[in-house]
Amino acid sequence: MTRQAADGASVVVVGGGVTGLSAAWWLARSGVDVLVIEKGIVGWEASGRNGGGATHHQSPLFAEEQRLWPQMDDLLGYPTEYQPKRIRVALSARQMEELKVGVDNTRGQGFSVDWLDAKQIREMVPLLGDNVVGGAYFACGGHANPQRTVQAYAWALQDLGGRILQHTEVFGFTHRSGKVTGVKTTAGEFACDSLVIAAGPQTGILTALLGAEVPVVPARVEMIVTEPLPLMPIGGVDGNYLYGRQTLRGNLAYGGGPHEWLPVRQDSEAQRPSSPMLCNIAKRLAELFPKAAHVRVIRSWAGIVENTPDGRPVIDRLPTADNVVVATMSSIGFGLSPASGRAISEIVMQGHCSFADLTSFRLSRFGNVAPNWREQRGWLPPATEGSNAGAA
Amino acid sequence: MTGVLDVKSTAGKRLLVREHTELLIVGAGPAGLSAALEAARLGMQVVLVDEHPVDPGLMGLDIPFHFGQRMSGAHRGNAAIVKLAESDPRLAEAFEAGVDVRLGVAVWGLFAHGLGQRWIEGRVAGLSDGHNVWFMRFDKAILACGRRDLGLAFPGWELPGVMGVTAADALLRRYDAFNARKCAIVGSGVEATTFAKAALQAGRDVVALIEVAEAPLDHEGCTQLAEQGVPILTGSMIARAMGGATGVERIQCIKLGTEAASTELECDTVVLAVGAVPAIDLLDVAGARIAFVAEQGGYVPLTDAEGRTSVPMLFAVGDCVGITAAKTRDPAIAASEGARAAAAAAVAVADHWPPPPDKKEPAASDDEVSKTRMRWAAAVMTVADTETHVCQCEQVSIADLLGVQPPRYLRRNQPAMQARDITTLARDGTLNQDQVKRLTRAGMGTCQGRRCREQIGAILALATNTPLSAIPLPSYRAPVRPLPLSVLATLEEESALTENWHGWFGIEGQWVPYWELAKESDQTGSAT
Repeated sequence: MTRQAADGASVVVVGGGVTGLSAAWWLARSGVDVLVIEKGIVGWEASGRNGGGATHHQSPLFAEEQRLWPQMDDLLGYPTEYQPKRIRVALSARQMEELKVGVDNTRGQGFSVDWLDAKQIREMVPLLGDNVVGGAYFACGGHANPQRTVQAYAWALQDLGGRILQHTEVFGFTHRSGKVTGVKTTAGEFACDSLVIAAGPQTGILTALLGAEVPVVPARVEMIVTEPLPLMPIGGVDGNYLYGRQTLRGNLAYGGGPHEWLPVRQDSEAQRPSSPMLCNIAKRLAELFPKAAHVRVIRSWAGIVENTPDGRPVIDRLPTADNVVVATMSSIGFGLSPASGRAISEIVMQGHCSFADLTSFRLSRFGNVAPNWREQRGWLPPATEGSNAGAA
Repeated sequence: MTGVLDVKSTAGKRLLVREHTELLIVGAGPAGLSAALEAARLGMQVVLVDEHPVDPGLMGLDIPFHFGQRMSGAHRGNAAIVKLAESDPRLAEAFEAGVDVRLGVAVWGLFAHGLGQRWIEGRVAGLSDGHNVWFMRFDKAILACGRRDLGLAFPGWELPGVMGVTAADALLRRYDAFNARKCAIVGSGVEATTFAKAALQAGRDVVALIEVAEAPLDHEGCTQLAEQGVPILTGSMIARAMGGATGVERIQCIKLGTEAASTELECDTVVLAVGAVPAIDLLDVAGARIAFVAEQGGYVPLTDAEGRTSVPMLFAVGDCVGITAAKTRDPAIAASEGARAAAAAAVAVADHWPPPPDKKEPAASDDEVSKTRMRWAAAVMTVADTETHVCQCEQVSIADLLGVQPPRYLRRNQPAMQARDITTLARDGTLNQDQVKRLTRAGMGTCQGRRCREQIGAILALATNTPLSAIPLPSYRAPVRPLPLSVLATLEEESALTENWHGWFGIEGQWVPYWELAKESDQTGSAT
């Protein structure tokens, strides 16, 4: 479908992932005319392929994340499968010690957490076994179904008059006297008053076109899902270096383990969803839930997520184009999405976020990052094999 | 490279691989066996794996075929292996020719070094015997994974005794464990007639062949069966199966487009022979290019005359590259494909791997496969009621599928949600079955979509007036056979992986609370 260059919107959002869609939905709620441009299908990438967790105690958006999630089904008008609460399990003294940072952070944010001994945690989590040492119970936090939630944002946005253009790629911008006035796409150029770039792994590539590259590296991470089991009282249980949840259907959906860094300009077509790593994840899931060791793994999938040098989000105006807000959540965007979208919408409309201190999300913190920061950290793809390696 | 390694990443990790073979052949049907014999004759080192005899637990889940609980106890244990070996004398020939034959071993994934998987060296197959998993490295592989059956929903199709013809044929002729006395067969193509004759010969009753089209598809076969007294009911559809805990006892059959009263037939088994589907799950997981090729029975890998797929050193032969009536009738066709691929494999070099043939032009929507599937899909929609689950595992009704409604354990009374349906979704962009699956859960169950995948595609196509070939292939994922956590956990793991395992990236300072960061930057003044 070809559009005329005259087409446009007050705000164009590049990226139909969970962050871009939430931002667009919040903007539309305020009556802003908004257009989301997505190169594939909404939420098709990491936004729809994650653990669904909503317990990000390190973040300035945590309190808003907690406030909004219980209302999301009603606000959106569609089910997100949100379930409250989180239990973190420790299978060793070391794992118990490592839970401390999350407990302290959460308490620091003003929410309560209870430490659990082995007996208490076994009573709360029926699938645990004799190997459990203890854990922590968070009355806050929770989890939702990523695929359902992303679609809910998209539909709710449409219901408010917002538009979504799928299967449309952005390849450039019209950039005049410090402002972006148009977005060049495979479906023509779209004029805009403001632009939001929330394009996941492509965020760096797109911002580079505007002379202010946001430093990110994409990486591949993988999850597995089992056949359904009877529901545990609280589905948001993780530990043993896995993240994930029991879905409301009863499936165990968990991930963790080594990520694989990808070339910055990777060809996403070439990624394969499954890898042998599913065995290693299964091994740890069987350790975490010995009483579920018999259940069968029926699927696996991978997602591509991006990280900044310090593993924290960027939500900021671009220094080279002051009507552009850039957002990357640095690999933990799903759970924070109700809050991140609202923050982005406020920055677009008012220039600042009214409900959280986003100083730590500023792009300028990377001003001193060396050009070879990826090499310095070893955030590079493993070497390729010789010329007979196939699709290397 | 500066030599810095992110130890939490896959860089520097190794997949422990237990064994190596020059040529791996998956599937010991006519194509796979013939490939194995030819490769051995040419001096190759060959491992031939076949998942049969299948673990009874998996059979109960309708994996890999729609067994419909009609397997007798005879399929268990060593007796089953002996039966299977006896069912095809070429298995013994392969043993004698030095082929390493592994029965009861499934390949659940094929992986190769590539983008996102660079930590893998070369090409590996994930194997399982039901107790353990391990990896085998291979130089070359020939996939001869065969076929499975198109499922068909109608009221009562969840009952034990409703099964696929490939399953019925395997139980009857390979396992000698077909626990059925009186069969109704749905379909009138070569699969239906061939099986009907075999069942009659084995002393079973065939109460009818039920065909939705006005004329039988395999005219000659149906004429022969009619002469033996088997009723051929054309222009008809199975409307309902009825029975109890042990399964089907009788069925109702209707004449489509008429007001005539339904006919009742007594039977204990309903054999679905409405369409055969190439088994491409491993090929998709391996990354082979796949296209809808109507004359080959739907989605198949693109291969050349020797069976080369788009993936270097990966060949595919037999039913998994295409199913035709001629191939179903004459196993020699698949066998010759196998032998040809083996000869090509013997001299294959990865560096000189030709590109696959171009994707064929999408066929017009009036091709035979599309017509047949759409006809059955239309019949399904005629007989289905609100309780008919097109996806049995997740209990998704056709109404919920087409309404794109969430499962029943979620809130279903929100007006915005109720206003959405397949038509509004199709308006947003290309209709994608994976997207519909995520929203409705249709195809997300333990049978890994084997019973519902293609009929859902046909129903979606029919409901949105989309050509079948325009609905993208729903993706397959490893493990392509369900495997227990405890079995996957048997994989040996190198210590570098164990010691550096991390839940999420392990980026230093990522979980430091934001208020402490503010303090740090105040002190250092590094942030501008």
